[in-house]
Amino acid sequence: MTAPITTAGVPPAGAVFPKKSYLNDGTTIRSWLLTHDHKRIALLYLVAVLIALFLGGVFAMVIRLELLTPGPTIVEALTYNRMFTLHGLIMIFMFMIPAIPAVFGNFFLPIMLGAKDVAFPKWNLTSWYVYIAGSTLMLWGLITGGADTGWTFYTPYSTTTTTNITPVMLGVFIIGFSSILTGLNFIVTIHTLRAPGVTWFRMPLFVWAVYATSIIQVLATPVLGLTTLLVAAEHTFGFGFFDPARGGDPILFQHLFWFYSHPAVYIMVLPAMGVISEVICAVARKNIFGYKMIAMSSLGIAFVGFFAWGHHLFTSGQSAFDAGAFAAISMLVGVFTAIKVFNWVGTLYKGAIAFTAPFAYICGFLFFLVFGGMTGVALATVSLDVHWQDTYFVVAHFHFIMVGAVIMGFLAALHYWFPKMFGRKYPENWGLLAAGLIVLGFNATFIPQFLLGNAGMPRRYYEYPERFAALNVASTAGASLLAFGFIIIAIYLAISLKYGEVAGRNPWGSRGYEWDVPSPPPTENFDAVPVFTRGPHEYQDVPEELAKVGHAI
Amino acid sequence: MQSSAARKMTPEGWLEPPPLPHHYDTIENHQAALRFGMWLFLGTEVLLFAGIFLGYFVFRHYFPESFEQAARHLSVVLGTANTLLLLTSSLTVALAHHNAEHGKNRNAFWLLMASVSMGAGFLGIKAVEYTEKFHEGALPGKFFSFSEITAPGGPVFYVVYFFSTGLHALHVVVGMSLLTWVAIRCWRKEFSPTYYAPVENAGLYWHLVDLVWIFLYPLLYLV
Ligand SMILES: [Cu+2]
Repeated sequence: MTAPITTAGVPPAGAVFPKKSYLNDGTTIRSWLLTHDHKRIALLYLVAVLIALFLGGVFAMVIRLELLTPGPTIVEALTYNRMFTLHGLIMIFMFMIPAIPAVFGNFFLPIMLGAKDVAFPKWNLTSWYVYIAGSTLMLWGLITGGADTGWTFYTPYSTTTTTNITPVMLGVFIIGFSSILTGLNFIVTIHTLRAPGVTWFRMPLFVWAVYATSIIQVLATPVLGLTTLLVAAEHTFGFGFFDPARGGDPILFQHLFWFYSHPAVYIMVLPAMGVISEVICAVARKNIFGYKMIAMSSLGIAFVGFFAWGHHLFTSGQSAFDAGAFAAISMLVGVFTAIKVFNWVGTLYKGAIAFTAPFAYICGFLFFLVFGGMTGVALATVSLDVHWQDTYFVVAHFHFIMVGAVIMGFLAALHYWFPKMFGRKYPENWGLLAAGLIVLGFNATFIPQFLLGNAGMPRRYYEYPERFAALNVASTAGASLLAFGFIIIAIYLAISLKYGEVAGRNPWGSRGYEWDVPSPPPTENFDAVPVFTRGPHEYQDVPEELAKVGHAI
Repeated sequence: MQSSAARKMTPEGWLEPPPLPHHYDTIENHQAALRFGMWLFLGTEVLLFAGIFLGYFVFRHYFPESFEQAARHLSVVLGTANTLLLLTSSLTVALAHHNAEHGKNRNAFWLLMASVSMGAGFLGIKAVEYTEKFHEGALPGKFFSFSEITAPGGPVFYVVYFFSTGLHALHVVVGMSLLTWVAIRCWRKEFSPTYYAPVENAGLYWHLVDLVWIFLYPLLYLV
């Protein structure tokens, strides 16, 4: 039983909220906690990652407030070390790794493929519980054990510290399992559950990005798992695998750790790139420029990302040849990223752009990605890296990519898909205001850190000389602006959940497959097996009046 | 398996396959998804062990002498016996898969039980070896007190040894549980030419356990 799907159209005036949807199919807490519906699991993840974002943000603010003055400000030195450890671990493992794939990937990947669910719905739910269990253990370990190693837990400090890091290591190991389950589920879904008409090169670009991400999750995470087990065993039993006094090798830890943690950057940023590819067509009302190039460059980034880890070891006694090789491979990532950027800009060129909050985040994303990427290429240059190693320059660089690009992608996704997920619109004016604050606040926070790093301020230091004070104040002021922006978003989205204007099926006039199902979608996504008769980013045959439809500016 | 009670026995002598999950269109597609998922999972397992193999090669490169001395203190007889046990158990698992695929559930059950017993035998022999190491003080890191290894690097060898074989033994235990679970389902005659993916997947896992040992055995005991 197949029915061709209708072309996404104009939202009917006075759209009504669907009576039955995944949101009210079962209203008990039990029906949420035991659900196998990928959309509900996505919302479970959304709640969890938003809590993580809040916690990580609070710890970030403590760090920034402490650095407001050169001397002690609000916390003691040891507490400060714990704060940046908490901030890093929460933001990376609890927020950024699952943020886009586990929330928006879970929600939209099956719909974009015309499937009713992911390949293994039970494992999908399991992955959420595993994530919660791992996060709880990690947080409990961090708070009671007071780990102060930073999120990189370099040996030998991490294996000899008197703080209790074993539960933290095990927590990270368990969260890794959840990440593997999600990635595995997505890969199998993409291979086996594509609806008729969704050929490989008709998959939405978000799906391609999630596919590349999942490959990294499946292949890199086990190595991190093993590494955390070794560190935990070494800390608990004094094994000496990484301890030179017993014949071990601390550099081996760095290799194993970065073999995961460099590709992990792409676990975070590739899905954000996928979001941008989706949203940019919808706001520019144009076909994506260079579909295959964008799809393939995601796989290219995933591939070369596996061979770039050595750029974290330039100052760890690597041979000159190794350093040069790793530098060159790292720069290849820049080539693939540039391919994407040119294609995105090409998509915007001569488009009928609607200046909405998602578009504002795209602008932010492009700026942060290019700036962060360029400084990344600079850092991959061995001679320059020796100067910037372990300074705030590195901190600013990876925040430009990881906070800048990833959070812009996350917020673009949240705003673009909010009407689809909850069936209601958010207020566009407030959306634009918050986007402006966030882009501005973000620049104000991290551009001073580039300057600080270049002037020689080392990262993770509790105190600093007087001459760095002005830039630190600027950075803290920017962080406050950023926090303010997030608070505004939290308020208007919470209000819109209940009181927002009813969105209708396709408020953006987007051509993405997911806009062909009702907002919010029914439990089964489609009434019949859908047949897609066009590609996901095709706007050229849209009648003139449709091209004008957009969100109110 | 609450669903097995409600399922009907077919004339051929096996239960009807369980209802197809609603998001698959054919049972073949579902089976293919299960099989593909398992292969991906095995890929993650290979990478998990890859880290410890890397450690082996790095430390062997640093301390070739002590690694040779330590290898001479491992019992090649016990190691070979264990290798034979695992290889044979892999064969019986493969046969069980073949039988389940043809609906011969009883045969598959006995073959799986044979594999589980061989897995238990493997763990027994491993326990004997571990006990001996504990008595000799041939232990990892700070517990190392084995006088017969004179070259530096002995403690590290035993970290590699215990960590790799310990992680492997854990996989043996998991594999035995999986085999027991599908053996019970064989006893209930659940598998048929259209539905046998669980036997196949548990079997694949067991082959991986075997495969890891095929690499550990020569590296630790022979070279
Ligand atoms: Cu890196």
